Amino acid sequence: MVRELVCIVCPKGCRLHVDEDNNYSVTGNSCPRGAEYGHHEIKNPTRVLTSTVRLDGGLYRRCPVKTDRAVPKGKLMDIMAALNDVSLQSPVAAGQVVLANVCDTGANVIVTKSL
Amino acid sequence: MYDLIVVGGGPAGLAAACSAWEKGLKQILIIERDKELGGILNQCIHNGFGLHRFKEELTGPEYAGRFIDMLRDTGVQVMLDTMVLEINRDHQVHVISAANGYQVLEARSIVLAMGCRERTRGAIGIPGDRPAGVFTAGSAQRYLNMEGYMVGKRVVILGSGDIGLIMARRLTLEGAQVLACVELMPYSGGLMRNIVQCLEDWGIPLYLSHTITDIVAKDGRVSHVTVHKLDDNRQPIPGTNLEFDCDTVLLSVGLIPENELTRAAGIEMDPRTNGAVVYENMETSIPGIFACGNVVHVHDLVDYVSAESERAGAAAAAYVSGTAPEGGTIDIRNGADVSYTVPQRLRPGNVPKAADIFFRVRRVFKDSVIEVSADGAPLVTYKREHMAPGEMEHILLPRKLLDTVDASEITVTAKEA
Ligand SMILES: Cc1cc2nc3c(=O)[nH]c(=O)nc-3n(C[C@H](O)[C@H](O)[C@H](O)COP(=O)(O)OP(=O)(O)OC[C@H]3O[C@@H](n4cnc5c(N)ncnc54)[C@H](O)[C@@H]3O)c2cc1C
Ligand code: SF4
Repeated sequence: MVRELVCIVCPKGCRLHVDEDNNYSVTGNSCPRGAEYGHHEIKNPTRVLTSTVRLDGGLYRRCPVKTDRAVPKGKLMDIMAALNDVSLQSPVAAGQVVLANVCDTGANVIVTKSL
Repeated sequence: MYDLIVVGGGPAGLAAACSAWEKGLKQILIIERDKELGGILNQCIHNGFGLHRFKEELTGPEYAGRFIDMLRDTGVQVMLDTMVLEINRDHQVHVISAANGYQVLEARSIVLAMGCRERTRGAIGIPGDRPAGVFTAGSAQRYLNMEGYMVGKRVVILGSGDIGLIMARRLTLEGAQVLACVELMPYSGGLMRNIVQCLEDWGIPLYLSHTITDIVAKDGRVSHVTVHKLDDNRQPIPGTNLEFDCDTVLLSVGLIPENELTRAAGIEMDPRTNGAVVYENMETSIPGIFACGNVVHVHDLVDYVSAESERAGAAAAAYVSGTAPEGGTIDIRNGADVSYTVPQRLRPGNVPKAADIFFRVRRVFKDSVIEVSADGAPLVTYKREHMAPGEMEHILLPRKLLDTVDASEITVTAKEA
Protein backbone atom coordinates (compact mmCIF):
# COMPACT_ATOMS: atom_id res chain seq x y z
CA MET A 1 0.00 0.00 0.00
CA VAL A 2 1.16 3.56 -0.71
CA ARG A 3 0.70 5.85 2.27
CA GLU A 4 0.48 9.61 1.95
CA LEU A 5 1.84 12.07 4.48
CA VAL A 6 3.07 15.63 4.79
CA CYS A 7 6.75 16.12 5.55
CA ILE A 8 7.22 18.13 8.74
CA VAL A 9 10.99 18.50 8.65
CA CYS A 10 10.86 22.00 7.14
CA PRO A 11 8.05 24.51 6.50
CA LYS A 12 7.78 23.64 2.80
CA GLY A 13 5.57 20.69 3.70
CA CYS A 14 6.12 18.37 0.71
CA ARG A 15 3.48 15.67 0.19
CA LEU A 16 5.28 12.36 0.50
CA HIS A 17 4.19 8.99 -0.85
CA VAL A 18 5.62 6.02 0.99
CA ASP A 19 5.34 2.59 -0.64
CA GLU A 20 5.00 0.02 2.13
CA ASP A 21 5.43 -2.90 -0.29
CA ASN A 22 8.61 -1.50 -1.79
CA ASN A 23 10.89 -1.21 1.26
CA TYR A 24 9.09 1.97 2.37
CA SER A 25 10.55 3.93 -0.54
CA VAL A 26 9.63 7.60 -0.62
CA THR A 27 8.57 9.84 -3.50
CA GLY A 28 7.37 13.45 -3.52
CA ASN A 29 10.21 14.70 -1.33
CA SER A 30 12.28 17.68 -2.43
CA CYS A 31 15.32 16.74 -0.39
CA PRO A 32 16.95 13.72 1.29
CA ARG A 33 15.76 14.71 4.75
CA GLY A 34 12.19 14.25 3.59
CA ALA A 35 12.96 10.74 2.31
CA GLU A 36 14.42 9.78 5.66
CA TYR A 37 11.47 11.24 7.56
CA GLY A 38 8.88 9.49 5.37
CA HIS A 39 10.65 6.14 5.56
CA HIS A 40 10.98 6.26 9.32
CA GLU A 41 7.56 7.76 10.00
CA ILE A 42 5.71 4.94 8.23
CA LYS A 43 8.04 2.04 9.09
CA ASN A 44 8.64 2.79 12.76
CA PRO A 45 7.19 6.09 14.02
CA THR A 46 8.79 7.30 17.23
CA ARG A 47 8.27 10.29 19.54
CA VAL A 48 9.96 11.86 22.54
CA LEU A 49 7.41 11.75 25.37
CA THR A 50 7.17 14.70 27.74
CA SER A 51 4.95 14.67 30.82
CA THR A 52 5.03 15.37 34.55
CA VAL A 53 5.30 13.27 37.70
CA ARG A 54 4.25 13.89 41.27
CA LEU A 55 6.64 16.00 43.35
CA ASP A 56 6.49 16.43 47.12
CA GLY A 57 8.12 19.28 49.02
CA GLY A 58 8.91 21.37 45.93
CA LEU A 59 7.87 24.77 44.63
CA TYR A 60 5.17 23.04 42.54
CA ARG A 61 3.30 19.75 42.82
CA ARG A 62 4.40 18.47 39.43
CA CYS A 63 7.88 17.90 38.09
CA PRO A 64 8.40 17.89 34.30
CA VAL A 65 10.08 14.82 32.76
CA LYS A 66 10.88 13.42 29.30
CA THR A 67 12.18 10.27 27.67
CA ASP A 68 15.85 10.82 26.85
CA ARG A 69 15.30 9.47 23.32
CA ALA A 70 12.40 8.88 20.96
CA VAL A 71 10.28 5.83 21.79
CA PRO A 72 7.85 3.87 19.57
CA LYS A 73 4.57 5.72 19.20
CA GLY A 74 2.63 2.66 20.33
CA LYS A 75 4.35 2.69 23.73
CA LEU A 76 3.41 6.24 24.73
CA MET A 77 0.31 5.29 26.73
CA ASP A 78 2.16 2.45 28.51
CA ILE A 79 4.84 4.92 29.60
CA MET A 80 2.18 7.38 30.77
CA ALA A 81 0.74 4.59 32.94
CA ALA A 82 4.18 3.82 34.37
CA LEU A 83 4.66 7.51 35.24
CA ASN A 84 1.50 7.48 37.35
CA ASP A 85 3.32 5.41 39.96
CA VAL A 86 6.31 7.72 40.20
CA SER A 87 6.54 10.09 43.14
CA LEU A 88 9.59 12.29 43.71
CA GLN A 89 10.82 14.18 46.74
CA SER A 90 12.32 17.66 46.26
CA PRO A 91 15.13 18.49 45.56
CA VAL A 92 15.48 16.93 42.13
CA ALA A 93 18.04 17.92 39.52
CA ALA A 94 17.54 18.24 35.76
CA GLY A 95 18.93 15.12 34.09
CA GLN A 96 18.22 12.83 37.05
CA VAL A 97 16.87 9.42 35.92
CA VAL A 98 13.36 8.69 37.17
CA LEU A 99 12.70 5.41 35.36
CA ALA A 100 15.46 3.48 33.58
CA ASN A 101 14.69 1.55 30.39
CA VAL A 102 11.03 2.47 30.70
CA CYS A 103 8.66 -0.20 29.31
CA ASP A 104 11.68 -1.94 27.71
CA THR A 105 12.12 0.86 25.19
CA GLY A 106 15.78 1.41 26.01
CA ALA A 107 14.92 5.01 26.93
CA ASN A 108 15.24 6.53 30.39
CA VAL A 109 12.73 8.97 31.79
CA ILE A 110 14.65 11.99 33.12
CA VAL A 111 13.80 15.13 35.08
CA THR A 112 13.85 18.31 32.93
CA LYS A 113 13.83 20.96 35.66
CA SER A 114 15.65 21.31 38.96
CA LEU A 115 12.99 21.80 41.62
CA MET B 1 21.50 53.51 40.99
CA TYR B 2 21.48 50.44 38.74
CA ASP B 3 23.17 50.39 35.33
CA LEU B 4 20.29 48.33 34.01
CA ILE B 5 16.91 47.17 35.30
CA VAL B 6 15.27 44.36 33.35
CA VAL B 7 11.49 44.05 33.79
CA GLY B 8 10.52 40.37 33.47
CA GLY B 9 12.61 37.23 34.03
CA GLY B 10 11.48 35.12 31.06
CA PRO B 11 13.82 34.08 28.26
CA ALA B 12 13.89 37.66 26.94
CA GLY B 13 14.88 39.21 30.27
CA LEU B 14 17.44 36.48 30.99
CA ALA B 15 19.18 36.86 27.62
CA ALA B 16 19.19 40.67 27.84
CA ALA B 17 20.72 40.62 31.34
CA CYS B 18 23.38 38.06 30.40
CA SER B 19 24.47 39.97 27.33
CA ALA B 20 24.55 43.32 29.16
CA TRP B 21 26.79 41.66 31.76
CA GLU B 22 29.07 40.31 29.07
CA LYS B 23 29.33 43.80 27.62
CA GLY B 24 30.59 45.10 30.94
CA LEU B 25 27.60 46.42 32.91
CA LYS B 26 27.98 45.53 36.59
CA GLN B 27 24.89 46.73 38.46
CA ILE B 28 22.13 44.75 36.75
CA LEU B 29 18.79 43.84 38.34
CA ILE B 30 16.08 41.54 36.97
CA ILE B 31 12.62 42.08 38.47
CA GLU B 32 10.16 39.16 38.13
CA ARG B 33 6.66 38.97 39.58
CA ASP B 34 6.56 35.15 39.64
CA LYS B 35 8.21 32.85 42.19
CA GLU B 36 10.97 31.83 39.80
CA LEU B 37 12.80 32.83 36.64
CA GLY B 38 12.04 31.33 33.22
CA GLY B 39 8.71 32.96 32.36
CA ILE B 40 6.21 31.04 30.30
CA LEU B 41 8.79 28.35 29.47
CA ASN B 42 8.25 26.82 32.91
CA GLN B 43 4.85 25.54 31.82
CA CYS B 44 5.90 24.54 28.28
CA ILE B 45 7.14 21.08 29.27
CA HIS B 46 7.05 19.75 25.69
CA ASN B 47 10.16 19.62 23.54
CA GLY B 48 11.12 21.48 20.40
CA PHE B 49 12.89 24.50 21.88
CA GLY B 50 16.44 25.48 21.06
CA LEU B 51 16.98 23.79 17.67
CA HIS B 52 18.51 27.00 16.30
CA ARG B 53 20.25 28.12 19.43
CA PHE B 54 21.64 24.91 20.89
CA LYS B 55 21.27 22.56 17.88
CA GLU B 56 19.25 20.15 19.99
CA GLU B 57 15.64 19.76 20.99
CA LEU B 58 15.07 20.89 24.54
CA THR B 59 11.91 21.19 26.61
CA GLY B 60 10.84 24.66 27.79
CA PRO B 61 12.21 24.22 31.33
CA GLU B 62 15.50 22.87 29.93
CA TYR B 63 15.85 25.86 27.60
CA ALA B 64 15.17 28.28 30.45
CA GLY B 65 17.54 26.26 32.65
CA ARG B 66 20.44 26.85 30.26
CA PHE B 67 20.01 30.62 30.60
CA ILE B 68 19.42 30.49 34.35
CA ASP B 69 22.69 28.54 34.69
CA MET B 70 24.48 31.17 32.59
CA LEU B 71 23.04 33.90 34.78
CA ARG B 72 24.37 32.16 37.88
CA ASP B 73 27.90 32.70 36.65
CA THR B 74 27.33 36.47 36.50
CA GLY B 75 26.78 39.07 39.20
CA VAL B 76 23.29 39.89 37.94
CA GLN B 77 20.88 40.44 40.85
CA VAL B 78 17.34 39.06 40.86
CA MET B 79 14.21 40.23 42.70
CA LEU B 80 11.46 37.59 42.63
CA ASP B 81 7.84 37.93 43.77
CA THR B 82 8.08 41.59 42.85
CA MET B 83 5.74 43.40 40.51
CA VAL B 84 6.76 46.45 38.48
CA LEU B 85 3.89 48.95 38.66
CA GLU B 86 5.27 51.85 36.71
CA ILE B 87 8.27 53.05 34.78
CA ASN B 88 8.86 56.57 33.51
CA ARG B 89 11.03 58.52 31.10
CA ASP B 90 13.44 59.44 33.90
CA HIS B 91 14.24 55.72 34.19
CA GLN B 92 12.55 55.30 37.55
CA VAL B 93 11.02 51.90 38.27
CA HIS B 94 8.20 51.62 40.81
CA VAL B 95 7.91 48.15 42.32
CA ILE B 96 5.89 46.40 45.00
CA SER B 97 6.46 43.16 46.87
CA ALA B 98 5.24 41.47 50.03
CA ALA B 99 8.81 41.38 51.36
CA ASN B 100 9.87 44.99 50.73
CA GLY B 101 6.67 46.94 50.18
CA TYR B 102 6.67 49.84 47.73
CA GLN B 103 10.01 51.00 46.36
CA VAL B 104 11.20 53.37 43.66
CA LEU B 105 14.39 52.17 41.98
CA GLU B 106 16.54 54.16 39.56
CA ALA B 107 18.47 52.93 36.57
CA ARG B 108 20.66 54.31 33.80
CA SER B 109 18.86 52.03 31.34
CA ILE B 110 15.79 49.77 31.30
CA VAL B 111 14.91 46.68 29.28
CA LEU B 112 11.20 45.83 29.03
CA ALA B 113 10.70 42.05 28.78
CA MET B 114 7.18 41.47 30.12
CA GLY B 115 6.16 38.90 27.51
CA CYS B 116 2.53 38.49 26.48
CA ARG B 117 -0.70 37.17 27.82
CA GLU B 118 -3.44 35.20 26.17
CA ARG B 119 -6.47 36.64 24.51
CA THR B 120 -9.48 35.70 26.60
CA ARG B 121 -12.94 34.68 25.70
CA GLY B 122 -14.29 38.19 26.30
CA ALA B 123 -11.96 39.52 23.65
CA ILE B 124 -13.62 37.50 20.92
CA GLY B 125 -17.16 37.16 22.25
CA ILE B 126 -18.62 33.69 21.83
CA PRO B 127 -22.41 33.52 22.22
CA GLY B 128 -23.92 31.34 24.91
CA ASP B 129 -23.71 30.75 28.64
CA ARG B 130 -20.81 31.85 30.83
CA PRO B 131 -20.16 28.69 32.85
CA ALA B 132 -17.11 27.24 34.57
CA GLY B 133 -14.98 25.05 32.35
CA VAL B 134 -13.83 27.65 29.85
CA PHE B 135 -10.07 28.19 30.06
CA THR B 136 -7.41 29.77 27.93
CA ALA B 137 -5.08 27.03 26.71
CA GLY B 138 -2.16 28.59 28.58
CA SER B 139 -3.94 28.66 31.95
CA ALA B 140 -4.92 25.03 31.44
CA GLN B 141 -1.27 24.32 30.64
CA ARG B 142 -0.15 25.89 33.89
CA TYR B 143 -2.81 24.07 35.94
CA LEU B 144 -1.88 20.73 34.46
CA ASN B 145 1.89 20.97 34.16
CA MET B 146 2.79 22.92 37.28
CA GLU B 147 -0.05 22.99 39.78
CA GLY B 148 -1.22 19.44 39.10
CA TYR B 149 -4.91 19.92 38.32
CA MET B 150 -6.71 18.20 35.45
CA VAL B 151 -9.01 20.75 33.80
CA GLY B 152 -11.60 18.40 32.30
CA LYS B 153 -12.49 15.05 30.76
CA ARG B 154 -14.18 15.91 27.46
CA VAL B 155 -12.64 18.88 25.74
CA VAL B 156 -13.25 21.04 22.68
CA ILE B 157 -10.46 23.41 21.68
CA LEU B 158 -11.20 26.69 19.91
CA GLY B 159 -8.28 27.95 17.85
CA SER B 160 -5.47 25.94 16.34
CA GLY B 161 -2.52 27.99 17.58
CA ASP B 162 0.45 26.03 18.87
CA ILE B 163 -0.52 26.26 22.52
CA GLY B 164 -3.95 24.76 21.75
CA LEU B 165 -2.41 21.96 19.69
CA ILE B 166 0.14 21.17 22.37
CA MET B 167 -2.65 21.04 24.96
CA ALA B 168 -4.72 18.69 22.78
CA ARG B 169 -1.94 16.11 22.99
CA ARG B 170 -1.16 16.81 26.61
CA LEU B 171 -4.78 16.33 27.73
CA THR B 172 -5.10 13.17 25.62
CA LEU B 173 -1.98 11.71 27.23
CA GLU B 174 -3.45 12.47 30.64
CA GLY B 175 -6.60 10.55 29.80
CA ALA B 176 -9.01 13.24 28.61
CA GLN B 177 -10.94 12.94 25.37
CA VAL B 178 -10.28 15.84 23.03
CA LEU B 179 -13.30 15.84 20.73
CA ALA B 180 -12.30 18.52 18.25
CA CYS B 181 -10.04 21.42 17.46
CA VAL B 182 -12.03 24.18 15.80
CA GLU B 183 -10.37 26.91 13.71
CA LEU B 184 -11.99 30.07 12.37
CA MET B 185 -9.51 30.53 9.53
CA PRO B 186 -9.17 28.25 6.49
CA TYR B 187 -5.65 27.34 7.67
CA SER B 188 -4.14 26.53 11.04
CA GLY B 189 -2.06 29.09 12.89
CA GLY B 190 0.08 26.31 14.33
CA LEU B 191 3.19 24.54 13.07
CA MET B 192 2.68 21.55 10.73
CA ARG B 193 4.72 19.48 13.11
CA ASN B 194 2.24 20.16 15.90
CA ILE B 195 -0.75 19.35 13.68
CA VAL B 196 0.79 15.97 12.89
CA GLN B 197 2.11 15.09 16.33
CA CYS B 198 -0.61 16.63 18.50
CA LEU B 199 -3.79 16.05 16.47
CA GLU B 200 -3.23 13.41 13.77
CA ASP B 201 -1.26 11.09 16.06
CA TRP B 202 -4.30 10.90 18.31
CA GLY B 203 -7.08 11.03 15.74
CA ILE B 204 -8.32 14.43 16.89
CA PRO B 205 -10.30 16.12 14.08
CA LEU B 206 -9.35 19.66 13.00
CA TYR B 207 -12.29 21.66 11.65
CA LEU B 208 -11.00 24.57 9.56
CA SER B 209 -13.32 27.51 8.75
CA HIS B 210 -15.49 26.53 11.71
CA THR B 211 -16.26 28.22 15.01
CA ILE B 212 -18.13 27.64 18.26
CA THR B 213 -21.55 29.26 17.94
CA ASP B 214 -23.03 28.29 21.29
CA ILE B 215 -21.90 27.18 24.73
CA VAL B 216 -24.55 25.50 26.88
CA ALA B 217 -24.18 25.15 30.65
CA LYS B 218 -25.64 22.68 33.09
CA ASP B 219 -25.26 23.23 36.86
CA GLY B 220 -22.82 26.04 36.18
CA ARG B 221 -20.39 23.95 34.10
CA VAL B 222 -19.97 23.61 30.34
CA SER B 223 -22.13 20.69 29.13
CA HIS B 224 -22.43 21.16 25.40
CA VAL B 225 -21.09 23.24 22.51
CA THR B 226 -22.35 23.82 19.01
CA VAL B 227 -19.94 24.35 16.13
CA HIS B 228 -20.81 25.73 12.68
CA LYS B 229 -19.00 25.88 9.39
CA LEU B 230 -18.38 29.46 8.18
CA ASP B 231 -18.90 30.97 4.76
CA ASP B 232 -16.39 33.22 3.00
CA ASN B 233 -17.55 36.17 5.08
CA ARG B 234 -17.02 34.17 8.25
CA GLN B 235 -20.77 33.86 8.86
CA PRO B 236 -22.13 30.54 10.23
CA ILE B 237 -23.79 28.44 7.50
CA PRO B 238 -27.21 27.20 8.72
CA GLY B 239 -27.55 23.45 8.90
CA THR B 240 -23.82 22.74 9.19
CA ASN B 241 -23.92 22.42 12.95
CA LEU B 242 -21.83 19.86 14.81
CA GLU B 243 -22.86 19.09 18.40
CA PHE B 244 -20.42 18.10 21.15
CA ASP B 245 -21.19 17.02 24.72
CA CYS B 246 -18.19 18.25 26.66
CA ASP B 247 -17.25 19.68 30.05
CA THR B 248 -14.40 21.92 28.98
CA VAL B 249 -13.60 24.49 26.29
CA LEU B 250 -10.02 25.65 25.77
CA LEU B 251 -9.32 28.88 23.95
CA SER B 252 -6.17 29.18 21.90
CA VAL B 253 -7.02 32.39 20.13
CA GLY B 254 -3.81 34.34 20.20
CA LEU B 255 -1.46 36.30 22.40
CA ILE B 256 -1.31 40.01 23.20
CA PRO B 257 1.92 41.72 24.27
CA GLU B 258 1.61 42.92 27.85
CA ASN B 259 2.29 46.64 27.46
CA GLU B 260 0.44 48.53 30.20
CA LEU B 261 3.78 49.76 31.60
CA THR B 262 5.01 50.76 28.16
CA ARG B 263 1.89 52.77 27.29
CA ALA B 264 1.76 54.48 30.68
CA ALA B 265 5.37 55.60 30.25
CA GLY B 266 4.37 57.38 27.04
CA ILE B 267 6.45 55.13 24.79
CA GLU B 268 5.33 55.20 21.14
CA MET B 269 3.33 52.07 20.29
CA ASP B 270 2.75 50.23 17.01
CA PRO B 271 -0.93 49.32 16.63
CA ARG B 272 0.00 46.45 14.28
CA THR B 273 2.19 44.60 16.79
CA ASN B 274 0.58 45.93 19.98
CA GLY B 275 4.16 46.48 21.07
CA ALA B 276 6.53 49.42 21.24
CA VAL B 277 7.98 50.92 18.07
CA VAL B 278 11.67 49.97 18.18
CA TYR B 279 14.89 50.86 16.41
CA GLU B 280 17.47 48.41 15.04
CA ASN B 281 18.94 47.94 18.53
CA MET B 282 15.53 47.40 20.20
CA GLU B 283 15.52 50.91 21.66
CA THR B 284 12.06 52.44 22.12
CA SER B 285 11.07 56.07 21.52
CA ILE B 286 12.45 56.94 24.98
CA PRO B 287 16.26 56.92 24.90
CA GLY B 288 17.76 54.31 27.21
CA ILE B 289 14.56 52.23 27.40
CA PHE B 290 14.70 49.05 25.32
CA ALA B 291 12.18 46.27 24.71
CA CYS B 292 12.60 42.66 23.57
CA GLY B 293 10.83 39.32 23.30
CA ASN B 294 7.10 38.79 23.21
CA VAL B 295 6.39 42.22 24.66
CA VAL B 296 7.52 43.70 21.32
CA HIS B 297 5.83 41.19 19.00
CA VAL B 298 4.62 37.61 19.35
CA HIS B 299 7.42 35.20 18.43
CA ASP B 300 6.86 31.57 17.53
CA LEU B 301 10.39 30.46 18.35
CA VAL B 302 12.03 31.23 21.64
CA ASP B 303 15.41 30.99 19.88
CA TYR B 304 14.64 34.27 18.11
CA VAL B 305 13.52 35.81 21.40
CA SER B 306 16.94 35.07 22.87
CA ALA B 307 18.83 36.50 19.88
CA GLU B 308 16.76 39.69 19.80
CA SER B 309 17.10 40.13 23.57
CA GLU B 310 20.86 39.79 23.47
CA ARG B 311 20.86 42.70 21.05
CA ALA B 312 18.73 44.73 23.47
CA GLY B 313 21.06 43.93 26.39
CA ALA B 314 24.15 44.86 24.39
CA ALA B 315 22.48 48.09 23.26
CA ALA B 316 21.64 49.00 26.87
CA ALA B 317 25.32 48.50 27.74
CA ALA B 318 26.36 50.74 24.84
CA TYR B 319 23.86 53.39 25.96
CA VAL B 320 25.17 53.38 29.53
CA SER B 321 28.77 53.66 28.33
CA GLY B 322 27.73 56.78 26.42
CA THR B 323 27.87 55.54 22.82
CA ALA B 324 25.11 57.52 21.13
CA PRO B 325 23.75 56.43 17.75
CA GLU B 326 24.51 58.95 15.02
CA GLY B 327 23.15 59.75 11.60
CA GLY B 328 19.66 59.73 10.13
CA THR B 329 16.70 57.42 10.52
CA ILE B 330 14.96 55.27 7.93
CA ASP B 331 11.33 54.20 8.54
CA ILE B 332 10.41 50.70 7.42
CA ARG B 333 6.97 50.58 5.75
CA ASN B 334 4.82 47.50 5.19
CA GLY B 335 4.18 46.86 1.53
CA ALA B 336 1.59 44.47 0.12
CA ASP B 337 0.89 41.38 2.22
CA VAL B 338 3.31 42.29 5.01
CA SER B 339 1.44 42.87 8.26
CA TYR B 340 4.23 44.42 10.32
CA THR B 341 7.98 44.67 10.69
CA VAL B 342 10.23 44.75 13.76
CA PRO B 343 12.21 46.95 13.99
CA GLN B 344 10.03 49.69 12.55
CA ARG B 345 12.95 52.14 12.29
CA LEU B 346 16.62 51.92 11.39
CA ARG B 347 19.56 54.18 12.08
CA PRO B 348 22.01 52.90 9.46
CA GLY B 349 24.90 54.48 11.35
CA ASN B 350 24.10 52.21 14.28
CA VAL B 351 23.72 48.96 12.32
CA PRO B 352 26.69 46.59 12.81
CA LYS B 353 27.14 44.33 9.73
CA ALA B 354 23.46 43.91 8.94
CA ALA B 355 20.05 44.72 10.37
CA ASP B 356 17.81 41.78 11.22
CA ILE B 357 14.24 42.56 10.13
CA PHE B 358 11.40 40.34 11.38
CA PHE B 359 7.93 40.37 9.87
CA ARG B 360 4.81 38.37 9.13
CA VAL B 361 2.99 37.90 5.83
CA ARG B 362 -0.79 38.08 5.53
CA ARG B 363 -1.41 34.91 3.54
CA VAL B 364 0.18 31.65 2.44
CA PHE B 365 2.82 31.99 -0.30
CA LYS B 366 4.53 29.37 -2.49
CA ASP B 367 7.64 30.27 -4.50
CA SER B 368 7.73 33.93 -3.66
CA VAL B 369 10.04 36.85 -3.08
CA ILE B 370 10.44 39.45 -0.39
CA GLU B 371 11.33 42.77 -1.93
CA VAL B 372 12.85 45.76 -0.18
CA SER B 373 12.43 48.98 -2.11
CA ALA B 374 13.07 52.71 -1.73
CA ASP B 375 11.14 55.34 -3.68
CA GLY B 376 9.50 52.55 -5.68
CA ALA B 377 12.82 51.10 -6.90
CA PRO B 378 13.83 47.62 -5.67
CA LEU B 379 16.97 47.57 -3.50
CA VAL B 380 17.21 43.85 -2.89
CA THR B 381 15.06 40.71 -3.08
CA TYR B 382 15.06 37.48 -1.08
CA LYS B 383 13.63 34.18 -2.40
CA ARG B 384 11.31 32.06 -0.25
CA GLU B 385 9.85 28.67 -1.16
CA HIS B 386 7.14 28.93 1.41
CA MET B 387 5.70 31.63 3.68
CA ALA B 388 2.67 31.58 5.99
CA PRO B 389 1.13 34.00 8.50
CA GLY B 390 1.87 31.55 11.31
CA GLU B 391 5.60 31.57 10.62
CA MET B 392 7.68 34.63 11.40
CA GLU B 393 9.98 35.60 8.52
CA HIS B 394 13.20 37.52 8.69
CA ILE B 395 15.72 39.09 6.35
CA LEU B 396 19.16 40.57 6.87
CA LEU B 397 19.68 44.03 5.39
CA PRO B 398 23.42 44.62 4.96
CA ARG B 399 24.85 47.84 6.36
CA LYS B 400 26.61 48.42 3.02
CA LEU B 401 23.24 48.51 1.28
CA LEU B 402 21.64 50.75 3.92
CA ASP B 403 24.48 53.26 3.56
CA THR B 404 23.48 53.75 -0.09
CA VAL B 405 19.84 54.56 0.75
CA ASP B 406 18.98 58.22 0.32
CA ALA B 407 15.27 57.93 1.08
CA SER B 408 13.75 58.46 4.52
CA GLU B 409 11.78 55.23 4.20
CA ILE B 410 12.03 51.77 2.70
CA THR B 411 9.22 49.31 2.00
CA VAL B 412 9.11 45.54 2.57
CA THR B 413 6.75 43.67 0.24
CA ALA B 414 5.87 39.99 -0.23
CA LYS B 415 4.82 38.71 -3.64
CA GLU B 416 4.75 35.72 -5.93
CA ALA B 417 8.00 35.25 -7.85
C1 LIG C 1 0.83 30.08 27.25
C2 LIG C 1 2.00 30.21 26.30
C3 LIG C 1 2.58 29.06 25.74
C4 LIG C 1 3.65 29.16 24.84
N1 LIG C 1 4.16 28.04 24.28
C5 LIG C 1 5.22 28.15 23.44
C6 LIG C 1 5.81 27.02 22.86
O1 LIG C 1 5.31 25.92 23.05
N2 LIG C 1 6.91 27.14 22.06
C7 LIG C 1 7.48 28.37 21.81
O2 LIG C 1 8.51 28.46 21.13
N3 LIG C 1 6.92 29.47 22.35
C8 LIG C 1 5.82 29.37 23.13
N4 LIG C 1 5.24 30.50 23.63
C9 LIG C 1 5.85 31.74 23.27
C10 LIG C 1 6.83 32.07 24.37
O3 LIG C 1 6.14 32.91 25.26
C11 LIG C 1 8.05 32.78 23.91
O4 LIG C 1 8.80 31.97 23.05
C12 LIG C 1 8.96 33.22 25.07
O5 LIG C 1 8.61 32.62 26.28
C13 LIG C 1 8.85 34.68 25.20
O6 LIG C 1 9.75 35.10 26.19
P1 LIG C 1 9.55 36.44 26.97
O7 LIG C 1 10.66 36.50 27.96
O8 LIG C 1 9.39 37.53 25.99
O9 LIG C 1 8.14 36.29 27.69
P2 LIG C 1 7.67 35.40 28.93
O10 LIG C 1 8.25 34.05 28.89
O11 LIG C 1 6.20 35.53 28.95
O12 LIG C 1 8.28 36.16 30.20
C14 LIG C 1 7.83 37.42 30.65
C15 LIG C 1 8.08 37.51 32.13
O13 LIG C 1 7.84 38.83 32.59
C16 LIG C 1 7.18 38.78 33.82
N5 LIG C 1 6.45 40.04 34.00
C17 LIG C 1 5.48 40.56 33.19
N6 LIG C 1 5.05 41.75 33.66
C18 LIG C 1 5.76 42.00 34.79
C19 LIG C 1 5.76 43.07 35.74
N7 LIG C 1 4.95 44.12 35.59
N8 LIG C 1 6.61 43.01 36.78
C20 LIG C 1 7.45 41.93 36.93
N9 LIG C 1 7.49 40.89 36.07
C21 LIG C 1 6.66 40.92 35.01
C22 LIG C 1 6.28 37.58 33.71
O14 LIG C 1 5.91 37.07 34.97
C23 LIG C 1 7.17 36.59 32.93
O15 LIG C 1 7.93 35.78 33.76
C24 LIG C 1 4.16 30.42 24.52
C25 LIG C 1 3.57 31.58 25.09
C26 LIG C 1 2.50 31.48 25.95
C27 LIG C 1 1.88 32.75 26.52
S1 SF4 D 1 11.11 16.88 1.74
FE1 SF4 D 1 12.77 18.30 2.25
S2 SF4 D 1 12.06 20.22 1.34
FE2 SF4 D 1 10.25 18.93 1.42
S3 SF4 D 1 9.30 19.44 3.40
FE3 SF4 D 1 10.64 17.71 3.78
S4 SF4 D 1 12.55 18.62 4.46
FE4 SF4 D 1 11.38 20.25 3.48
